[in-house]
Amino acid sequence: MANSERVKVRIPATAKKGEIIEIKTQVSHDMESGQRRDADGKPIPRRIITKFTCSWNDEPVISADWHQAVSANPFTSFFALASASGQIKLTWWDEGGEVYDYTHSIVVE
Amino acid sequence: MIAGFSRRRLLAVGAGGVGAALLPPLAPAQAQEADTLARQLMGAFTAREGKVHLKIKEIAESGANEPIGVMVDSPMTATDHVTAIHVLAEGNPYPVVASWYLTPRSGRAEVNFRMRLAKTQVVRAYAVISDGAVWEARQEVKVSIGGCGG
Repeated sequence: MANSERVKVRIPATAKKGEIIEIKTQVSHDMESGQRRDADGKPIPRRIITKFTCSWNDEPVISADWHQAVSANPFTSFFALASASGQIKLTWWDEGGEVYDYTHSIVVE
Repeated sequence: MIAGFSRRRLLAVGAGGVGAALLPPLAPAQAQEADTLARQLMGAFTAREGKVHLKIKEIAESGANEPIGVMVDSPMTATDHVTAIHVLAEGNPYPVVASWYLTPRSGRAEVNFRMRLAKTQVVRAYAVISDGAVWEARQEVKVSIGGCGG
């Protein structure tokens, strides 16, 4: 699947085996909290990303459950242990049913 | 459950007109709600202070987008690693902010993200270790402009 245009990442292209690398990501999303009202005073329905996962060659690295207090356009950074060359896959699930994917190829020497 | 009952009872006492003086200050009720949610996330637990480092400003410029970092002292090996990091903001409309689930492949027990803070309040970070131990850190954050929308 093509990488989502909503997603920006900063991940190294190469790493040494056993190195701990930093993964920085940002996904463009309003994270509408459900707490706000529109100009007519009507509540704006909640719509947030509720789940995020990162895997490395299909092995789970980290995952998260997010709630309404995660800021708009969620930025995250975390770490991963470089194991083998392959694919780092990032996935965000929006409670409206949309899924945003990003796959990054990395060479581990 | 006990916390929920006593909170309702205290609210009922207040509503019954016995007097505002008998009502607890707001902060303990918020802390009780966060306690209840923490037990929903981790079951019955006893958290010790330490090992968890909470990196968040003491004064938030904007409650809408406040950087937060949680670091935990852990070797992150197969037998000794952090399995979960939970961040709760006692004074938010829904106090659970995010739960992170780590593995030895995370390499380092650290997550950074940005969060909303409705008002001045205490932020908590809990770390669950693979042996079942729970560690925590808390910090008060002063917020001048709340970030949950108006």
